Amino acid sequence: MNSSVIVFPGSNCDRDVAVALEKLQFRNKMIWHKETSLPKSDLIVIPGGFSYGDYLRSGAIAGKSNILNEIIKAANDGCLVLGICNGFQILTETGLLNGVLLRNKNLKFISKDVHVKVIDSKNKFCNKYKKNQVLKLNIAHNEGNYFTSKDQLKELEDKNLIPFKYSDENGNINDENNPNGSLNNIAGIFNDKKNILGMMPHPERMVDKFISNEDGTNLFTSLLN
Amino acid sequence: MKFSVKVTLKHDVLDPQGKVVKQTLQNMGMDTLINLRQGKYFEIDVNENEESKAKNKIKEMCTKLLVNLIIEDFEISKI
Repeated sequence: MNSSVIVFPGSNCDRDVAVALEKLQFRNKMIWHKETSLPKSDLIVIPGGFSYGDYLRSGAIAGKSNILNEIIKAANDGCLVLGICNGFQILTETGLLNGVLLRNKNLKFISKDVHVKVIDSKNKFCNKYKKNQVLKLNIAHNEGNYFTSKDQLKELEDKNLIPFKYSDENGNINDENNPNGSLNNIAGIFNDKKNILGMMPHPERMVDKFISNEDGTNLFTSLLN
Repeated sequence: MKFSVKVTLKHDVLDPQGKVVKQTLQNMGMDTLINLRQGKYFEIDVNENEESKAKNKIKEMCTKLLVNLIIEDFEISKI
């Protein structure tokens, strides 16, 4: 499977994603944001970081870069797109994903391992997970507080477009286990066609048991299925 | 032609920064303070002679980049 990792000034998880992808047998290329074409890709990853120093709003400036036009075209043609952390913020700013990521409710930059429950596994990104499985993934963000209108939130729930929610280690979803104030404990969402996934937790940091754990591995290997 | 753009969070959007600023002011003894919301302000100079054309250009800048319409409102004024 061919993957492309997009690099912006200020991206800082690009190499981590590349290492994870290559370890899991993807043929990966790094793509600078000024490029006006994409190599043939089955998966495009927009990595985490602080593109353009989070100026204006997180992801707003990166959302207008050259390569985003190509990503939008590819996504509309069905290419798989994964936005992690800042990548999720960029996807919402371009409109490829619904909603917006606000400042964390407690105004703190949060960097810690949290529990995330797999709400839906019948999709290309999660088919190697079990429904209701609880993962331990790392989060590291200042703006991860997912917000959208009441109608759109209902649509996300009704159409089963929320694959990941923050929970406790037993899978209970409540305010206590919501690290950043996200509506309905949302940690990740799909577009309607489920070929675009945006998520705040970092699966690429969880692919090696000697560094962390391997809870993120299945997200990538699901795509190879 | 110069314009100002005031960007404010919509009323139903949580404003944690504004809340902390409000609490701090209240702690400083500003006891008549009822509410406070934080926003953004831009000053934009455009090379246009006709006001309506210039305003449309500013509006385009707002909707395409400066403002996220899901959470923010904006107000354009001529300076």
